[in-house]
Amino acid sequence: MERVAVIGVAQTKYEKGKRETFHELIFDVATRALADAGITVADVDNVVSVSSDFWDGRTISSMAIMDAAGAFGKDISTVEGDGTFGALYAMMRLLSGSFGVTMLCAHHKGSESNMNGITNTSFDPLVERKLGLDAISSGALQARRYMSRYNILEQQLAAVSVKNHGNAMRNPYAMLPMEITVDDVMNSTMLASPLKKLDCSPVCDGAAAMIIAAERNAKKLTTNKKRVWLKGVGHCTDAYRLGDRDLADTRALKQAARKAYAMAGVEPWDIDVAEVYDAFTYMEPMWLEGLGFCDDGMGPEYIERGVFNSDGDLPVNVSGGRLSANPVQVAGLAEMIECVLQLRGEARKRQVPGAEIALAQGINGMCGQSHCVWILGK
Amino acid sequence: MPSCRKRRDWRREVRQLSDWKAEVEEIVYPGKICVPYSWTVGSTLSKWYVQLRDDGEIWANRCPTCEKVYVPPKVKCIQCYKDMSEWVKLPGTGILETYTVVYYEEPGLHPKKPPFIYGIIKMDGADTGIVHLVDKVDPDKVKVGMKVEAVLAKQREGNIMDIKYFRPVA
Repeated sequence: MERVAVIGVAQTKYEKGKRETFHELIFDVATRALADAGITVADVDNVVSVSSDFWDGRTISSMAIMDAAGAFGKDISTVEGDGTFGALYAMMRLLSGSFGVTMLCAHHKGSESNMNGITNTSFDPLVERKLGLDAISSGALQARRYMSRYNILEQQLAAVSVKNHGNAMRNPYAMLPMEITVDDVMNSTMLASPLKKLDCSPVCDGAAAMIIAAERNAKKLTTNKKRVWLKGVGHCTDAYRLGDRDLADTRALKQAARKAYAMAGVEPWDIDVAEVYDAFTYMEPMWLEGLGFCDDGMGPEYIERGVFNSDGDLPVNVSGGRLSANPVQVAGLAEMIECVLQLRGEARKRQVPGAEIALAQGINGMCGQSHCVWILGK
Repeated sequence: MPSCRKRRDWRREVRQLSDWKAEVEEIVYPGKICVPYSWTVGSTLSKWYVQLRDDGEIWANRCPTCEKVYVPPKVKCIQCYKDMSEWVKLPGTGILETYTVVYYEEPGLHPKKPPFIYGIIKMDGADTGIVHLVDKVDPDKVKVGMKVEAVLAKQREGNIMDIKYFRPVA
């Protein structure tokens, strides 16, 4: 199989209440991603976008941004889900042999609508939707299940918020850089026990773009310094109904991770820097366990020991994570872009020295129903 | 000079697009999408809801291969991909596997005013859980592992709210 490289990336600053249209946001990131790769829009012949029709308030939401993404007179095809799944689809189209240089872009605005109303509509209208569940209340059910199965304390989860908001202080793209304490998290407004406001990611807007190319094109178009290789990917989905799963179980992630590691020919201990989908504090240790960085239930203890700090054995969410900026469909793509910047040595104040292999993990569906794991390398 | 270039790069990186607002008056359109749907409940769930509505009973169904018992029932076993053959009546009791006390208001969505409790109830006689409201217990007293029972609505319409809530077994 031909190798695929990331040759250009761009993202907006993530913030609430962006005053540009989706169209303007995509023009901005697509233009800058092309400039980053040193190519023009004429070099792109495959465009994949990531968006949610419900969040956009427009069906077939990709069609409205096709010219901004550089797809006029070409083709655009869309993934409704996390950016990591968009990257998977973009790479598959590229590897089909039918397409060359590929533009992947994602946009999201949480602040133009009602997050709880939209996440409620992901539940089955025939069963759970009527109960009024949404991302926060279902996340709270998962948090409690995880905590009670492994005897984890709320204070241990609060430490994730402290770490990631602190990391965001070094990321100019992040929305919520904050120096806070465990007490600040514990004293923040209780939303749905055990989740308090600072256990939850913020409502956020933003866009991102990534350009990928097969090895033959990548080497022709770009310099060695810009190229970062997509070395491995794995994805897996668990049951839809929350009651059909043990919410403390990460079996889908374990399978996704196994596939990604095998494809890349690496093991968990080879990873130098990781971005995981911390939509809520409890998710970071759970996903780190599923990714094989520690045994089940041990994540919070490792976090307390500083293993996943920016200066720890494995820096996790040095970008500040989703807790510091969660542009939902964009989030996983933003993770991959952070990995690219780290591997290029362009992450400035938050640079992990000598990073050579990076991992990004995205989720789709309530409570991490589906996972996509990427391994990127120099 | 390298230092100047660095500063310029940094500013470009975090550029605020919204600078245009100094020159152009911004217009915002409020909107709302209201589209009616009529979702068919299908063969399996319709049967389940009719049993609940007319007989006041909670049923489940069993996979012929792995014998896993699902509630709400399935068309096919999600693991074995086999048609579900056998229906079993559940006693309506279960163990509270997890819960959350909701404190934020979302009047358009929530069936009641906060604080109220959601739980996942691992149903006796089944291998899966039902997500539902938990009531008649103080939010401070609710515990994982509690034995609970379903309380049915008097007026039942054939939907999930025919179970009014789950309450602790005295």
